[in-house]
Amino acid sequence: MAAGLTAVVDYGLCNLDSMARALEECGAATVEKTRDPRIVSRADRVVLPGVGTFGAAMRNLRDWHLLDAICEASANNVPFLGACLGMQLMATIGTEGGARTQGLGLVEGEVVRLVAQSTEERVPHIGWNEVHPKSGSALFADGDETGDFYFVHSFHIRLVDPSAEAARTPYCGGFTSTIEIPGRPIFGTQFHPEKSQKNGFRLLKRFLAV
Amino acid sequence: MLKTRIIPTLLMKGMGLVKGTGFDSWRRVGAALQSIRVYNMREVDELVLVDIAATRGNAKPNFREIDELADNCFMPMTVGGGVRSVQDIRDLLAVGADKVVINSAAIETPELIRDGAAEFGAQCIVVSIDVRRQADGICEVFTECGSKPTGHDPVEWAKTVAMLGAGEILLTSIERDGTMTGYDVDLVRNVAAAVDVPVIASGGCGTYSHMADVLGTTRASAVAAAAMFHFTEQTPREAKSFLAERGFPVRK
Repeated sequence: MAAGLTAVVDYGLCNLDSMARALEECGAATVEKTRDPRIVSRADRVVLPGVGTFGAAMRNLRDWHLLDAICEASANNVPFLGACLGMQLMATIGTEGGARTQGLGLVEGEVVRLVAQSTEERVPHIGWNEVHPKSGSALFADGDETGDFYFVHSFHIRLVDPSAEAARTPYCGGFTSTIEIPGRPIFGTQFHPEKSQKNGFRLLKRFLAV
Repeated sequence: MLKTRIIPTLLMKGMGLVKGTGFDSWRRVGAALQSIRVYNMREVDELVLVDIAATRGNAKPNFREIDELADNCFMPMTVGGGVRSVQDIRDLLAVGADKVVINSAAIETPELIRDGAAEFGAQCIVVSIDVRRQADGICEVFTECGSKPTGHDPVEWAKTVAMLGAGEILLTSIERDGTMTGYDVDLVRNVAAAVDVPVIASGGCGTYSHMADVLGTTRASAVAAAAMFHFTEQTPREAKSFLAERGFPVRK
């Protein structure tokens, strides 16, 4: 059982229930879906799930005063997990919809569209694909070399500093599918761990144990 | 490598699941929650759940029922039936849908595709295209659960919805639906060749070889099946073994 409060941040666009239910199944003691920045501020863990577009998400995070609460929590090394759009929002800049939008800036990078490298590849990238972790990653067990996780997205983060990359996925020329900021409990997954059955639940349990 | 998805389709009417033939002659095939729990245990790739009562009765999706089903669904779930506004999409995502299916409203208000994609991203907007092949072989898109002709050619309509922002196309052959005589391979081939977004082949699957036929000769990204899983002993897991032996990439 992972003690303390896990806040699942509600910015009005996303699949909160799936993430909250999965965290409970994985042993989180208290999970609260919230739009209240005060709850985010006192949480022991912050999860930013994701469906939506970058601009719409940042607009709501800013308007609802959640942006500052999230940035402050992560600056205080409160464990953070962004999933799918939640991971993309960690970047400094988003480009979805043609406009350049400022992100949370938890990791230096730009969110750009996936580009198919062959007629076999289609965008959006929808379905189960491999995730190849780097050794020493906190979210993957050593020896847990590769497994399929569920993806549904058209954009990905292009990192400035590759040391934050914890795993890659071979699609559209390869992209960063997991982020871990070295030495800090700040994580992101481009896939949906809450929908990735055994592999996803294993990863969520490791996050809860951080 | 991206895996080919095997997707059971569940049609919900009231509290129960139904399955018909040619979008008609519905039979009850069990309870939705029970089916979802079984598919959970079997770790299927994805589920498509369509509330056909909402489509036909011009009603809202049954959010409360879908919420309860989604709470028990730890696999990706695509939900449709009665989706007519951006708010409907928002509410379905909020109760746990990963993607939302738009069918009749795509024809009536094509801007819903564009507005939905602008707010939630193209990846969660699935446009369902139901196609009837007429006696002369010409294909036409139908809406309102297969009852209303639209005059649209499926290939042209697929290109249009992809341009508007659809992230995926669920392509169903109406007259093959429920017959278990195989997919309309030509239809799937033509549509999948015309767009760059993933296409799910649907309607007519009765055996594992039907899946291999459509996957081997078209650019479909996924296969959906309903009657085959409801009325025969065949399972998504065995379908994967069958396809894996023939060289198709599937999730183990």
